[in-house]
Amino acid sequence: MPKDGGIGASTKRREDVRFLTGKGKYTDDINIHGQAYVYFLRSDVAHGTLNSVDTSAAEGMPGVVRIFTGKDFEGIGGLPCGWQVTDRHGEPMQEPAHPVLAQGKVRHVGDPIAAVVAESLEEARDAAEAIDVDITDLPAVIDMKAAVQDGAPKVHDDLTSNLCYDWGFVEDNRQAVDDAIKSAHHVTTLELKNNRLVANPMEPRVAVGDFNDATGDHTLYTTSQNPHVIRLLMGAFVLGIPEHKLRVVAPDVGGGFGTKIFHYAEEAFCTFAAKEVKRPVKWTCSRSEAFITDAHGRDHVTKIELALDAEGNFTALRTETYANMGAYLSTFAPSVPTWLHGTLMAGNYKTPLIYVNVKAVFTNTVPVDAYRGAGRPEATFQLERVIDKAAREIGMDPIELRRKNFITEFPYATPVAVEYDTGNYNATMDKLIEVADFAGFEARAEESKARGKLRGLGVNCYIEACGIAPSNLVGQLGARAGLYESATVRVNATGSISVMTGSHSHGQGHETAFPQVVADMIGIDASQVEIVHGDTANTPMGMGTYGSRSLAVGGSAMVRATEKIIAKAKKIAAHLMEASEGDIELKDGAFTVAGTDKSVAWGDVTLAAYVPHNYPLEDIEPGLEETAFYDPANFTYPSGAYSCEVEVDPDTGKVEVLAFAAADDFGNVVNPMIVEGQVHGGIAQGIGQALLENCAYDDDGQLLSGSYMDYAMPRAADLPNFIVDHSCQTPCTHNPLGVKGCGEAGAIGSPPALVNAVCDALQRAGKDVKHIDMPLSPARVWAAMNG
Amino acid sequence: MATVTMTVNGKSRTGEAEGRTLLVSFLREELNLTGTHVGCDTSQCGACVVHVNGEAVKACTMFAQEADGAEVSTIEGQANADGSLNTIQQAFQDHHGLQCGFCTPGMVMSAAALLKDNPKPSEQEIRNYLQGNICRCTGYHNIVKAIMAASGQDVSAVAAE
Repeated sequence: MPKDGGIGASTKRREDVRFLTGKGKYTDDINIHGQAYVYFLRSDVAHGTLNSVDTSAAEGMPGVVRIFTGKDFEGIGGLPCGWQVTDRHGEPMQEPAHPVLAQGKVRHVGDPIAAVVAESLEEARDAAEAIDVDITDLPAVIDMKAAVQDGAPKVHDDLTSNLCYDWGFVEDNRQAVDDAIKSAHHVTTLELKNNRLVANPMEPRVAVGDFNDATGDHTLYTTSQNPHVIRLLMGAFVLGIPEHKLRVVAPDVGGGFGTKIFHYAEEAFCTFAAKEVKRPVKWTCSRSEAFITDAHGRDHVTKIELALDAEGNFTALRTETYANMGAYLSTFAPSVPTWLHGTLMAGNYKTPLIYVNVKAVFTNTVPVDAYRGAGRPEATFQLERVIDKAAREIGMDPIELRRKNFITEFPYATPVAVEYDTGNYNATMDKLIEVADFAGFEARAEESKARGKLRGLGVNCYIEACGIAPSNLVGQLGARAGLYESATVRVNATGSISVMTGSHSHGQGHETAFPQVVADMIGIDASQVEIVHGDTANTPMGMGTYGSRSLAVGGSAMVRATEKIIAKAKKIAAHLMEASEGDIELKDGAFTVAGTDKSVAWGDVTLAAYVPHNYPLEDIEPGLEETAFYDPANFTYPSGAYSCEVEVDPDTGKVEVLAFAAADDFGNVVNPMIVEGQVHGGIAQGIGQALLENCAYDDDGQLLSGSYMDYAMPRAADLPNFIVDHSCQTPCTHNPLGVKGCGEAGAIGSPPALVNAVCDALQRAGKDVKHIDMPLSPARVWAAMNG
Repeated sequence: MATVTMTVNGKSRTGEAEGRTLLVSFLREELNLTGTHVGCDTSQCGACVVHVNGEAVKACTMFAQEADGAEVSTIEGQANADGSLNTIQQAFQDHHGLQCGFCTPGMVMSAAALLKDNPKPSEQEIRNYLQGNICRCTGYHNIVKAIMAASGQDVSAVAAE
């Protein structure tokens, strides 16, 4: 039983107290004396030529401070893209400009045209109505395959087409894969869509810009998962503000799920405008505005072909995917369908030949970027669906077919350029079968049948690449950033510790889990360790939180910094006890000399470091503060097996999720309670994608699902209790904690289980249903049953 | 503009409100009670649930002037007199019923209203009652568990952990 507050303990979260009492400090809770408010006038058409923006009538409206248009941003940088993908032919992707406010054209509903800064939000909104915008409508391109046809209207006139890139991976395998599929004993083909989603963290985005004209210091308060990334992108590429004059603060942030990674126009605007109007400028996004401005997720159209031999061994895999980029390239958009998707196409299986083709396409829709899982859910969904279909076609049990093809020896180098360090896919499958009570399924199915319902059981596996990522590797792949993480461990004179991290917590419980690591290493109470994050002014340069990286990369940086602290503290302890440094041991917060009863407490050593009267000043400096930057040697590879049990109403097509089970291998676990909570939330989002959520545009580019009235967020009554197990643990071999990351697994692993379950239910009822595209609405399920 | 007076968490509070000012805006901006949150603009998400004269109300569905003279309770007034977490708040912490914390004030206020009317709700009754509160982080499992625990029911049968 781990000690409370130590590694492995389900320590209750300290941050909960402020959230439960209304004392959290979210960005919208920040109000600066004298602030003005901004309202963005946005395009209500998907594509058009912006002929003129006449603000003259609005300028004189009550409360108006100043109105900005695209002209005010001429000569100022646009929003940068942080990843350059190279296409099949060795050419760089097409990369359009992305102005802060629209210039010349509008390219999606929601594209900002003008920004009204006023004394109040209401006055800003009223004045925006008086702005006369002259737009000549152009035909919108919404469907990806239509967008890349010859003669299609171009989203960006200065690009050669709407094709951002045509990526092949691994290009050298293409012919061999084609040949293997042509000569295969059996080929299973599936065409499917990975539906477009909106991340919908419950806190809408907010930005508050502030400028001190006496010092020249800019401050931006923003709802971000990575304040240092925003500082670098906005400072260096958009506004030309050096980093030492730009502070970015992301205080309590109400969920992110990827959509708060990116640098958005509103952040740059508020920072810029605060200096222009000499007032703090605040923007609070409404939910309706979020639907047309937050980067969307997924939106792939895929054809996947799996070749098998007569025994059911996978011999080759080929995919062709169209990936929607939307109207502009969001910060990390190009990496999602490529390096976060193609590299995962081996899944848990030893398929020897794989070729992935991805065509990324510009359309007149909101930009699409990473959403919880980012590329890996798309890879998992298509792979686990085609395997299920193949099993039906060749008459083999879907679990047996998976087991037959599992990778069982590690490390394993896949044909798609990654090396899995550890895993045990049979163990998680065995655990799943146990915890989800597969043995009792047939009896439950009979019981459902007696009530006129169709019960189905779906299973899938997943693997993901987390702990993003080795900087030199991602640099070769086109990343324009490093992906290390940082930590400064500041030991105070009386022994308490402040840990400054570049990671950012927006629901993950870092303030509780990270102290467990540091306190455990030293042997002090976790309450003596405090985490500082979210402010570039008092944390070391870090890359932030996404890609299930915070413990694997940020936690490793803390371990490295704490190791430096312990090494120095041992020198001080050796001096105090007049012993050899090599004989000093640290246990339970006390330093001892091996083989003696000599001991000094942690606090005596830390006090000596800051009051260095009896201190080896000739050998070491006073003070006890160390920084480490940790750059991972590899990705981490969490894996698992998931199952879903559903009941389908044959009269209406309505699907009810009765049970959902997850058996995950996250390697070592620091706080099981938090890990389980992360899996719960991920599964809920995965079930949301599979059953409820859909971001839909009409042919003119109008968003049909633009509010919670039309976008079906999962509610409490839509979901079952979850069975989650993380007892199968193959620790990561290359980070000091042996951890793999757990933030995205639920969202990656759950959609195929649900769709497999519904197909199973229908097939058991004698319906020849091979696939239904997500979300599995009653209308779609009914149509599939009766089609 | 009109002067509005209401009793908020037991104290008389007065402020200025336009006819169009929502109760939630009045609480947040005029009274600086920022624990009540705004998560949508269609009265769907429930992050702004408060109690008005003892009833759970989405504070975005009511004008501040309509609450003139009312008794209003917000998340800031829920803790025990000594500042410790009340039973529902403590159950949310004990059972990890929150992650980012943004929907949490509304969840706690809805839970309190539910338990007042239905002291021992079943799991399904809790799930149905929370139809007007959206959480994106937890998948609701631990919220449901926390509310059951707060009502004094045995939650050991609730899956996981």
